[in-house]
Amino acid sequence: MTMPAAFVQTSQAIPLGVDYIRILPELVLSAFGILVMVLEPLVDERNGQKVLGWIAFVGTLAGLGSTWYMSMSPGLAFSNMVRVDGFSVFFHFVIIAIASGVILSSFEYMAVQRIRAGEYYALILFGVVGAALMSSAIELVLIFIALEISSISSYILAGFRRNQAASSEASLKYFLLGSFATAFFLYGVALMFGATGSTNIDAISRTLAAAPAPLLVYVAMVLLLIGLGFKVAAAPLHVWTPDVYEGSPAPVVGFMSTAPKAAAFAVLLRVVFSINAPGRFWLIWVAAALSMTLGNVSALVQNNVKRLLAYSSIAHAGYQLMAFAMISRETSGDGISAAMFYAASYAAMNVGAFAVVSHFANAGERYVTLEDYEGLGRSSPILAATLTIFLLSLIGIPMTGGFFAKFYVFGAAMKAHLVWLTVIGVVNSAIGSYYYLRIIVMMYMREARKPAPVTPIPATLGLALAISVLATLYLGILPNRVLQYAQESAQELLAPPSSVPAPPALQAQTALPQ
Amino acid sequence: MNSPSLDSMIVTLVTFAPLAGALLLVLLPRRDRDIRIFSLVVSLLTFVLSLHLAVYFHRAQSGFQYEIDKPWISSPNIHYHIGIDGISLWLVILTTFLTPLCVLISWKSVHDRVKEFFIILLILETALIGVFISLDLFLFYFFWEATLIPMALLIGIFGHERKVYAAVKFFVYTMIASAFMLAAILWLYAHTGSFDFVTIRDRVLSGAVPGFPAAAQWLFLGFFIAFAVKVPVFPFHTWLPDAHVEAPTAGSVLLAGVLLKMGTYGMLRFNLGLFPEQARSNAWWIVILALIGIIYGALVAMVQPNLKKLVAYSSISHLGFVVLGIFSFTQSGLNGAMFVMLAHGVSTGGLFMLTGILHERRHTYEISEFGGLAGPTPIYAASFLFILLASAGLPLLNGFIGEFLVMNGAFEARAVYGVLAATGVIWSACYLLWMYQRVFYGKVTHPVNNSIGDMDGFEMAAVWPCAAATLVMGVAPILWLGAIDPAIHAALTPFAQVVSKVVGQ
Repeated sequence: MTMPAAFVQTSQAIPLGVDYIRILPELVLSAFGILVMVLEPLVDERNGQKVLGWIAFVGTLAGLGSTWYMSMSPGLAFSNMVRVDGFSVFFHFVIIAIASGVILSSFEYMAVQRIRAGEYYALILFGVVGAALMSSAIELVLIFIALEISSISSYILAGFRRNQAASSEASLKYFLLGSFATAFFLYGVALMFGATGSTNIDAISRTLAAAPAPLLVYVAMVLLLIGLGFKVAAAPLHVWTPDVYEGSPAPVVGFMSTAPKAAAFAVLLRVVFSINAPGRFWLIWVAAALSMTLGNVSALVQNNVKRLLAYSSIAHAGYQLMAFAMISRETSGDGISAAMFYAASYAAMNVGAFAVVSHFANAGERYVTLEDYEGLGRSSPILAATLTIFLLSLIGIPMTGGFFAKFYVFGAAMKAHLVWLTVIGVVNSAIGSYYYLRIIVMMYMREARKPAPVTPIPATLGLALAISVLATLYLGILPNRVLQYAQESAQELLAPPSSVPAPPALQAQTALPQ
Repeated sequence: MNSPSLDSMIVTLVTFAPLAGALLLVLLPRRDRDIRIFSLVVSLLTFVLSLHLAVYFHRAQSGFQYEIDKPWISSPNIHYHIGIDGISLWLVILTTFLTPLCVLISWKSVHDRVKEFFIILLILETALIGVFISLDLFLFYFFWEATLIPMALLIGIFGHERKVYAAVKFFVYTMIASAFMLAAILWLYAHTGSFDFVTIRDRVLSGAVPGFPAAAQWLFLGFFIAFAVKVPVFPFHTWLPDAHVEAPTAGSVLLAGVLLKMGTYGMLRFNLGLFPEQARSNAWWIVILALIGIIYGALVAMVQPNLKKLVAYSSISHLGFVVLGIFSFTQSGLNGAMFVMLAHGVSTGGLFMLTGILHERRHTYEISEFGGLAGPTPIYAASFLFILLASAGLPLLNGFIGEFLVMNGAFEARAVYGVLAATGVIWSACYLLWMYQRVFYGKVTHPVNNSIGDMDGFEMAAVWPCAAATLVMGVAPILWLGAIDPAIHAALTPFAQVVSKVVGQ
């Protein structure tokens, strides 16, 4: 793949017009977020909620459109702070698509739980702005700002069931631990600057390629990994996940278990593979093995579906971290594309699963235990069948996106000669099948003792479910196009950066004798 | 008639016809009778199509036929590579033969969620055929895992009292075991850059795979454990009796008839095909496990108070013969193993249908609940006896041929194997005939049994083809062995090389 001419652009004082195109999705989404907030006091309290939801949905569609527009002018923007390449376009697309699915499945939830919707939709849009920006920012400080935008929206969203103590607890817990983790990230950025004289990933990468990395770089990397590991809910930084997922509104969990997580993975991929400090991987391998094992084993004994899916999301973070099992720069492409594919298929199945859970939970989220799912196969065959598809995908059964996602990460790990990690992975995925299967067993093989009422599926939710099912099956049967795109952008990501001139301070430092 | 385009499409057609039928079934309204007729038509059509394979199969030829090799996913390099040889040909036909019979036997016994039942059954058929035709390791794993869900659902939704326990146990056992196979497949891909069975085999046998000698033992075990659980080889058998007892009749028929053969087929194709040296060096303990399986299965079958469990344990015993035959590395042993697979599929499939018929009437499998059934149900008793004798290995019926060949091969390999295996035949006569005596002879011990009806038309239509097949296979085994023998000969070629290597040193 040849470098587009745009990459050879040097920094300039005044941003060009094309710079704004390269953050167009963020601009569009912010504009729609603000529009929702401005309109909220003007619309009628009862019927207006839906209008706001539709505006937000249109906003995400516009975001998708502008992502497509953005993809046609790849390159650097705003003094090398933002980089539009195949990689960031891919994650933009995934993250914004998640948001549109979540918004569609929130309509009913807002009405049933009597939540004022204006702020909710605006916060989702702002969260998406942060997450999307994380995937295209290549300046560590900008990444930090984007991370904070996305995190703060999620902290508030977690507390949206205001009359429930569990929700406030979730919000506070998430906020305290999250701030703690982002502080680590920031500290890592500072140390990285101290070690290399730059916060630009490209510049750091070139410095480290030119000279042996000082010890400080390793410390900085560990701190960055801690900050991002928290966001992706990787063990041992996962303890917040079950409580937060259990307390937060169900559609919000569908959102925050996918979008910010995908964004954090995007940053992790960029940082790890671009900075390319040698010997950095074993920490991630251990985190991967721990997350898979802890997540799956703890999920086995859960009785609350939201908690169960929380542990499952920890396990899936572990599988996804296996994609970092690379030994050389040449084979890294496989891992990156595997992680990208994983993010996309996990988004499809998890958003779908939480859409079902939030519909079924009903007012006050009353029906969230496994027993409530008894006999759902009879009382609502469509709902049960869709949930079954998502669960089979989470298990990793052929014909679903989850199968190929796992297959690619395991394949990448095996290619890196990490046989032990692959074996832990495959055994874990077999163990994991048990608890997903329990839900299927409840729905189809048990008769309801005290049947939970099943309300008819509203059209918006039906649309969200249909999209998720189609995406899950598409990725499971014809994964070729998505994977190919991911592989091409992975190569782009790995291509040595040639555009950014090293800052003078850096040149002085590398000239010093070690 | 035998146009090239049909020849290249026929395997694909056979494989996906049931799936297409299942998809159409989703759209059909819930009128149970129409659904049953439609499923029967689809499964019969698949059977007829599969006969094309047998009719136009070049018997003397040893390689793969009706091959298609099209790229499916470019990277990783996954191909839609399918084809059949003398080994897989008959297993495909066994599957397509048993499925319409399963539809017939479920005609009346399944009356709740009929639509779901037949959709699952047809999906299962596609997955089972897919396992036998795949020549791409990825495709093979894909279908292998795809059989799990429909089978678990059949047991879990349509089974008897402890169905959930049995379904989950079945699922988790086989899922965990096949995880090791996945790891082995991924290793092979990472080191050869291909999932293609033929490519990998050629490169392994020519020693062109880096790091293979060090890893081969683990890879062999990775494949073997997945297959051993499926067969099941002692001591991995504990899921089988539970699954059988709880499964609906059609589920049991396909489980015993075809699903177990996936394991032995896998050993034959992959353990022997890819790792001949490891197969030879591990053969001693595998043969011991197989012999334990033969004798242990038979002895446990003898003391079973539950009719269906008895048949289930007899499967463990019979499948022990197959494993023994495979790891005897003799022409007659492997031919016999293949033939036992087919014979067991037909006769045990028949036995499960017959026990299902009894359960349909009395809702119990306890042998003590019956006695003297030969009086009230003569047709049933005669059909039962016929298939039971086939299973016990009476000459002129199909069980005899396979077991004879396996024992012949076992004697060739080591006399003591043959002697021990031969006791298995005696045991099988004991438990089957004793069971028959308790169920059918003597006076009617429970008055309720006087009024149970004899077989009806659907049941006869389901059972008698099995009976006919046992007879034809027993009288004219050459019709089957003619195609099996060249394929077995080809499968054994690397072993001849290994031996000559050893001799050469």
